[in-house]
Parts: sequence; structure tokens; C-alpha cells
Amino acid sequence: MLTAFAIFSDGLVYAAYLFLVAVGLTLIFGVMKILNVTHGSFYAFGAYGAATAAGVWYDRGLNDAGGLLFMVAFAMLIGLVIGIVLERGILRFVYGRDEVVVVLVTYAVFLILEDVLVLVWGARSFTAYQPMIAAGSIDIGDLTLSNYDIGLVVLAGALAAFCYWALKYTRYGRLLTVVIFDRETAAAFGINVRVLYTVTFIIGAMLGALGGAMMAPKISVTLGIGVEVIVLAFAVVAIGGMGSIEGALIGALIVGIARAASVHLVPQLELFVIYAVMALVLGFRPYGLFSQVQPRKI
Amino acid sequence: MNANTSPILAVRDLEKTFGSVVAARDISVSVPAQQTVGIIGANGAGKTTFVNMITGHLAPSKGSILFEGRDITGLPSRAITRLGISRSFQVAQVFPTMTVIENMRIASAIARGRDSMLGLMSTPLDTPETAREADAALELFQIARYRDARAATLPQGVRKLLDIAMAVAGAPRLLLLDEPTSGISIEEKFGLMEVVMSALKTRRITVLFVEHDMDIVGRFADRVLAFYDGTVIADETPEAVLANPQVQTLISGTRAHGAGAAHA
Amino acid sequence: MRMGSTVLGALAFAALAAIAPLLPPWLISLATIAFANALVVLGLIILWRTGLVPFGQALFYAIGAYAVALIGRYTPIRDVFFVVFVGAVAAGIVAYLIGFLLARYREIFFAMLSLAMSMILYGILVKTETLGSTDGFHVEAGSFLGWRPQGGTRNLAIFWLVLAYCAIAAWLVAYYFRSVAGSLTHPIRDNEIRVEFLGVSVDRLIHLKLVVSGVLAGIGGALAALAVQHVDPAMSYWTTSGGFVFVTILAGAGSVAAAFVGSLLFELVRSIAVTLVPGEWQMILGTALLLTILFLPEGLGSLVSRLRQRWRRGTAP
Repeated sequence: MLTAFAIFSDGLVYAAYLFLVAVGLTLIFGVMKILNVTHGSFYAFGAYGAATAAGVWYDRGLNDAGGLLFMVAFAMLIGLVIGIVLERGILRFVYGRDEVVVVLVTYAVFLILEDVLVLVWGARSFTAYQPMIAAGSIDIGDLTLSNYDIGLVVLAGALAAFCYWALKYTRYGRLLTVVIFDRETAAAFGINVRVLYTVTFIIGAMLGALGGAMMAPKISVTLGIGVEVIVLAFAVVAIGGMGSIEGALIGALIVGIARAASVHLVPQLELFVIYAVMALVLGFRPYGLFSQVQPRKI
Repeated sequence: MNANTSPILAVRDLEKTFGSVVAARDISVSVPAQQTVGIIGANGAGKTTFVNMITGHLAPSKGSILFEGRDITGLPSRAITRLGISRSFQVAQVFPTMTVIENMRIASAIARGRDSMLGLMSTPLDTPETAREADAALELFQIARYRDARAATLPQGVRKLLDIAMAVAGAPRLLLLDEPTSGISIEEKFGLMEVVMSALKTRRITVLFVEHDMDIVGRFADRVLAFYDGTVIADETPEAVLANPQVQTLISGTRAHGAGAAHA
Repeated sequence: MRMGSTVLGALAFAALAAIAPLLPPWLISLATIAFANALVVLGLIILWRTGLVPFGQALFYAIGAYAVALIGRYTPIRDVFFVVFVGAVAAGIVAYLIGFLLARYREIFFAMLSLAMSMILYGILVKTETLGSTDGFHVEAGSFLGWRPQGGTRNLAIFWLVLAYCAIAAWLVAYYFRSVAGSLTHPIRDNEIRVEFLGVSVDRLIHLKLVVSGVLAGIGGALAALAVQHVDPAMSYWTTSGGFVFVTILAGAGSVAAAFVGSLLFELVRSIAVTLVPGEWQMILGTALLLTILFLPEGLGSLVSRLRQRWRRGTAP
């Protein structure tokens, strides 16, 4: 019983993390049809930025509550800047090229940004655990839950709800829905798809950085975190259906619970489980659970 | 029965349903070798469904299809193609980034190696025979002057001819043409059909073609199948079908439309 | 012309084999790895021509390598020809099995699923003690039909072995490229319906290409394991796959030679860059890849053919 509850709570926390990481990726794919490898960099820059911000803030002995906000704001500012630079500087020149080619472009940028990260922050590791400590923990029965983790789950839930609301009830969101559903029609309706692309990419970048900032207190911010996260986010998005926000949510929950179950029951299979679930889902639903991309007709 | 009298295509009680929608039903047709059969009917009457079932693009829900006495019901399209049934498409299916001669060569080369994966791997693309065959096909279909043009840039009529020429590359005994003249201007339609039909005659190919223009059907078909509501309502000579009041009433989009209106 | 390139290729490999004893050892080691990896790239070119980019080809590379390592660890067999054969077969079987799933996909879905497959193996390797876990393990020195060379001679022998496999693979792949199956590249990218109605199953053809490329990657991995005498899970990680894709794009899919020249250049530049500007290696990689995609979409190999065309036009009367 305790194990079941632990699996559930760990799974939920992990799912929250996965959703935060995957939501920007799936948004960019849905609107722009770009599978953005650079998303790993957004995450990494967000985490490093947040760690730097934490250093600045807590060294001055400022209050705990503002620290996390400052970290998140700083990280998202970095996401904003990188997003603008990439979209305006590189990506807009490859719109219309083969989807696979565009993936390779983002892969190239990802490689470059990995070294930029080292140039800016060096090869050191950073920590930003202060918000995690400040948040404290609560005991539920025999189980101790970190309040920060609970906050993470709440944030992910709120973000999902916000996305749902924004796509449905805001002007920008409805425009996006049209573009996701049918790009040709959208262009025919006079929607300025180019501007929408720029805005979407920047939002996606900021979401990636947000993911990094929120995870910074929980992890050691070190080289290679972007490399790891990008394949995880791919798996989540592929399971849910690329371009679908609900899909990212469900995908994150499935992967989160599966991984937590594996960690508690058969730890050797931890990594294996994630991708095995992905292969299994895709075996039955080739384009994910909530796919909006239609397979080519044969 | 000997080979001369047995039909090349024998369809019995064919039916296709999509959920509760009946797209085709009770189709029984027998076609002797080297006959040219026109298929008419309004949009949604089941013509293309019929063609798709014979060529394996759709599996029938019921009934059977015999080709040269062999049951081909439900076989995949590639297997049916290998057995000797080819088809062209309403929207010409060619390889747009390749030139006309490249399109034709690959079609000829595939025909030589398509029986197995090993055959595909061991058959070279460029041999003097495939080159000669491809050029001959372009001549036959009178598109040799477009030889080195990219298929994407071709006029509609030429693209249709290339599509048909490629379908014929595998030396099929039965060819199904799905609206060969759709998208072609009225002035060009007859010319295109002349080219196609005389080419197919020299290759002694049995033809089923879907067509909206009754003048063309009357001119080229030995026999006409009139489709309505998923089934064949008339199966006669072109003259008889044209005179058939039921056809005149039910099939709009043909010349019978005026007559139908007069009845009302 | 065709005969010409076959002879030219054979001469090139023979010349390399002949001058090998004169080359410095570091260059031999570098070229050994470069050519072993070129086999993987050759397989990638086969898929890339059809518009498929596997982001998990390291799966087969690692299987080839681990097959060699495991035979060395758990059996007394050391013969290089045998172990490389087993590596190739193992990779081929895995490619055949996952091909049933993978061959149904195109474009980025193919890339992603291929990636997932390689990450499954990575997950297994990292967590399994008997497979060496994160550290991997040492690969025993091989014997050549009973001959057991040591030191520099061994390195030279391995290089020759790699060259031999490369020569055979290059010849076979060049033959394949001229076949109907090898020519069904643009047609598949252009219009699968037409291919199907010409009587060919596109899925089965892609399955075949996958197996061929998997076997090539398996041989490459097996040879790399023999050359480096070590295997670890990083061989199956997605960044390894990314490296192979990188070389493929850089070299271009225009010719068989591109795989070998591209792979050799890549290793050379890497060894120089890692010594001179260790912190900027990935940046150099990324920039080169970006520039190639933006300005030279057919890869560096297309430069050669462009120059050749210009030269021909220039000398023609």
C-alpha cells in the first residue's frame, strides 16, 4: 500500500517535471511542425540561469519567497532572448524545408549552444537548492513529501489548465488552434502565420527555460542536463501525440508513473521502461495517443 | 472451358461497406479478354470503389474477384499489380521531382525486378533494355518530346499520359483507368483518348475506364457499365446504355441529364 | 565510367593498405576508427537517400560492438572474422525485428522511433551488471585465423581488416545503388502510391534498407570495438547516433566514397580541434553542420561533382 502510494506520488512529481519540459516542445511542434532539439538547450540555459540568479539573490540574504520568483523570471528572460535570436537569426531561413532537415538545423544549434553554455558558465556544477529547503516538507502517514514537489505538481497542473484555457478562449490561442489544425486554411483566412511562428517559438523557449528553472533546485546543474532531457521530452511528446498539449499531459503521466513504478519495483529497468512504453504505445498508435498529424496516405 | 472463352475478369456479388455506408453492392461483371469497357455513373455511384477493389486498394466486404481464373479477392495492390492488373489514377501519380524518362525507366526497371526483394536488389536500373523500353513507351504514348522535362512541370494531359505509360510498363493484361480525361480540356480529351486507346490496342490490353463524358464512352467503349447507388444498373453496348431510360433518369452529369429533366 | 570508379576505389583501398606501415601509429588508429565508422555512415546514406534519418543508428553500432565484447568475455573464441560476423548477424537480426515496427514510419516519426529503440538498449546496458553497466568493459585482443599479432603489428592488422571490410562493403553498396532497389529513393520520397502500384511494397523495401544499414552499422561497431579494445554504453547513446548523422549530412549522400572521405575528415578535424580548442569542438561541429545544411544541402561530396562538371565543361571542345 505504501509502495503504491509512493509510486503514485513519485510518479506525479516526475510527471509534473516531464510536462513542464515537454509542453514547450509539443507547442512548437504543433504550430511550426518543428521537432526542436534546441529545447534541451532552453532547459539547460534555464537551469543555469536560475542557479546564477539564486546565487545573486541568496548571497544578499534576501527573503526566500522572492528567490524562486527571481530565478524563474531570470531564466525566462534568458529563454526569451535565445528564442528571439534563434527564430529571427536562423530558423526563419529554413521554414518550408524538409521537416527532417529542420530537425538537423536545431540539432546543429543545440551543439553550438552546448559549448556556449560552457563559455558562459564554465564546466563547473551549480546548485540552487535554497527554495527546496525553504519550502520544507510535510508528513503524510509514513511518507514524507517535499512541499516543493507538491508545488511542482500544482504548477504543472496550473500550466496545463492555463494552456487549455488560453487555446480555447483567447484570441491568440484560437489562432494557434486554427494553425495547428490546418495551416493552409489559416493562411487563407489571412492569419499572419509568420508572426505567430515567432511568438510561438519564443513562448516555447520560455517554457523550456521555465522547466529548467523549476528543476534547478532539485538537481545538480551540470553539463549534459540538456542532452538527457531532450530525449525524455521527445518520448513524452511522441507518446502523447506530437503537437498535442493534452497528449503531453497524458504522456507525462504515463511515463512518470511507469518510471516511478520501475524505480520502486525493478530499479534496473528504470531507463528501459520509459522508451519501452514509448515503443509499445507507438506500436499500437503509430502517431501517438492524441495525434494531430495524419500519416501519409498510401 | 479453354482460355479463349473464359473471362479475364470475373467479379461476383462484390460489396463494400464503410460502417453503415454501402459504397458498392451486388456487383457481378464478367469481362472477356481485350474488351474495352466504359464505366459511367454520377459521383459517389461506386465507380472508383469498384476500381479500388479490383486493384487491391480496398478489400471487398463480400464477394469475389477472379483474374484469369485466379482468386485475387483482398490481395494487396502490389501483389495484384504483379499478377498483371495495372491502374492509372484520377490524379496522375508520377514522381514529380524526376524527369519523364527517369519516371519511365524506373517503372520499366521495377517491372523486371519486382517479383522479390532479391530481384529488386540484383536488377540494375540502367540497362540498354530498360532504356530502350522506356524510350519506346514514350514514343508509343507520344510524350517523347517531354523526355527530359521534370514531371512536376508537365501539362496535365502529358502527366496523365505518363501515368498511364508507367502503369503499362509492367506489361499488364488488364488496365483500369480512373477518369483518364478528368482535368483535361474538352478539346484535348479526344486526342488523349486516341493516343491511349491505340497504344493499349497495340499491347492487346483489356481496359476498364471510368469516364464522365458520354461522347468519349460512345466513341471508345465496346461495352458500358452504368453505376448508380453502388451497383450496376445497366450493362450493355454504349448505344443501348445511352438509350436506357433508367440511365437517363438516374445518372446526372451525362448527356442524359437533359432527358431526365424532361421526364420530370 | 562505372568500371572506372570501381577500379579507382579498389586502387585507393590497395594504396592505403600498402602505405599503412609507413604511417605514424596515431594516424593508423585514427583512420581505423574513421573507416569503421564510415561503414555506419554508408548505411545511413542508404536510408538518407530515401529521406529517412535514423537518430538511433548507434543501436546497431553498439550491438555489433557488444557482441564482440561479450564473446571475448564469456567464450574462448577470439577470431576476428568470426566475432565480426557474429556482430553483423546480431545487428541484422535486431534490425530485422524492429524493422517490422520502424518500417511503417517516415520522416521525423522514423527518426524518433529509431531514437527510442537505441535508448532502450542504452537503458539496458547502463543498468545491467553482466553487460558491464556504465563502465562497459575491455575487449580482448583478437586473433587472425590463429595469428596473434601484438602492439603496432596488431594495430596495423586491425587497420587492414577494417580496410578489407570497407572495400567489400563499398563495392556491394555501389552495386546496390545501381540496382532498382537502390534507385527507389526519390520515388519513395515523391510518391509511395505509385511505387505500390508498380508492384513494390514500400514498407518491405524500407525494411530491407533498414536491415542492410543495420548490418553495416553492426560491422562498424564490431570493428570499432576491436580497434579501441573497449565498449561502453555511450556507444548506444543518442549523441553517438547524432555524430553519424552529422557525418552523413556533411559528406552528402551522393557517393559511396563520400562516406569514407567524410568520416576520415571528421576524425581528423576532431582530433585537431580537441587538442587545440577543446572547449569549442561542439561549436565547430554545429556551425559546420549548420553551414552545410544552409549552403550545401547535398553535402561536401556535391562540391566534388560540381567541380568535376565544371572541369569537364572546361575541357570539352
